[in-house]
Amino acid sequence: MRRVSLTVNAVEHEAMVEPRQLLVYFLREQLGLTGTNVGCDTSTCGACTILLNGKSVKSCTVLAVQAEGTEVTTIEALAQDGDLHPLQQAFHETHALQCGYCTPGMIMAALDLITNNEDMDEDEIRTGLEGNLCRCTGYHNIVKAIQQASSEMRSFATK
Amino acid sequence: MAGPANEVDGLGRCQGGKGLEFLQPTSLTEALELKAAHPGAVPLAGGTDLMVDLNFDRLRPEAMLDLTRIDELKQWWPHDDLIRLGAGVSYTRLVSEIGEYLPGLAIASRTIGSPQIRNRATVGGNLGTSSPAGDALPPLLAAGAEIEVASAGSSRRMPFRDFMIGPKKNALAPEELIVAVHIPKARGPQQFSKIGTRNAMVISVASFALAIDAGTRAISCAIGSAGPVILEAPEADEFIESSLEESGAWDARSRIDNSVLQRFGELVAQGARPITDVRGTKAYRQHALAVIAARTLTWAWDDYMASA
Repeated sequence: MRRVSLTVNAVEHEAMVEPRQLLVYFLREQLGLTGTNVGCDTSTCGACTILLNGKSVKSCTVLAVQAEGTEVTTIEALAQDGDLHPLQQAFHETHALQCGYCTPGMIMAALDLITNNEDMDEDEIRTGLEGNLCRCTGYHNIVKAIQQASSEMRSFATK
Repeated sequence: MAGPANEVDGLGRCQGGKGLEFLQPTSLTEALELKAAHPGAVPLAGGTDLMVDLNFDRLRPEAMLDLTRIDELKQWWPHDDLIRLGAGVSYTRLVSEIGEYLPGLAIASRTIGSPQIRNRATVGGNLGTSSPAGDALPPLLAAGAEIEVASAGSSRRMPFRDFMIGPKKNALAPEELIVAVHIPKARGPQQFSKIGTRNAMVISVASFALAIDAGTRAISCAIGSAGPVILEAPEADEFIESSLEESGAWDARSRIDNSVLQRFGELVAQGARPITDVRGTKAYRQHALAVIAARTLTWAWDDYMASA
């Protein structure tokens, strides 16, 4: 077992982990943050996407011990005091999910995209989501949700 | 003493137990000393290849050497006509910070995995895995890159073609680590193309890189995922160089005839040594290579014609 200390959703944690423990299972099983899903174990599907020091990564291919000293952001950090984050609100309003399994990963990938790219067109959003699979929606409404959230977040930021 | 060894959880994943020693050096010197002491330790960079093997229990190393905390490996700088690219620079950074010097590698890098993968994955990792399907590798060969490897107390550099020696085999000694890649700055247009089952998160069925040296009027091709190693295509190189010379196309910046493009594609396909496997047949790979080679040359030549 090894000691690991990291910040998850602005809360500092220190824990003992097995060296082989994946970050996603550390988040889910030790911290109880089950919003991050595991779809494939091979970093193909993107359901486990989180932000590691602000960058989107697939947490099924990161070891918990590698997250030592990092800042992790998961889907649970987005809603504030019961108010949905603009991305969550947009997914809700545009019906951008059906089963919802891919949604936390979609939203975390989209958050990195929106933060790092201004004024994305539809193609850029679709390319930016190439690492996230959705088997229900056909992506159409996911793209719409991200466009809506993107403009809302920009106008909020410039107010 | 007792205690469960490599306990497997309900989902079939090995969650440790005794056996895995996890080494986390913070400097290159420390990493090389650890590698000397633990030659069997498996180096871990972005983890985008290795972790999949670990998750599927295809790999159960006794020790892992995490290289992600070593700042020295995350640096790059220009020297002479080269870029020295640290083995641990992510593809995301490669594209945004040095893409203009290394256009072929940058184009290939943009096709690797997905944003999440490119945030973690590194050229050093692609070299360490040495898969014929590694998408960063054909541009390295086409550009004439050299690999810098080190062990405690010594280092050496070798051309890429001497580094990769077989499928998932390279010339790295057990006590050595990949430190950097030295890549000549582009001296003309470079391009890359690949074929796979979808655009993202795919293992290439065939790939092709091409670099034009506008100064010496040389063209270098490299074929990926269609042989035991990344292959050169010297006959295709010589054919296209002499065709362009004879037709005066270098000076006139004129289009390449379709018949020449087609012959070039055929020579590339003939230079490949593909196998039939789950991703594609030998015949499909050869056909695809002929098509993407001609296409890639057209893109690069369009860039050359547009450059004044």
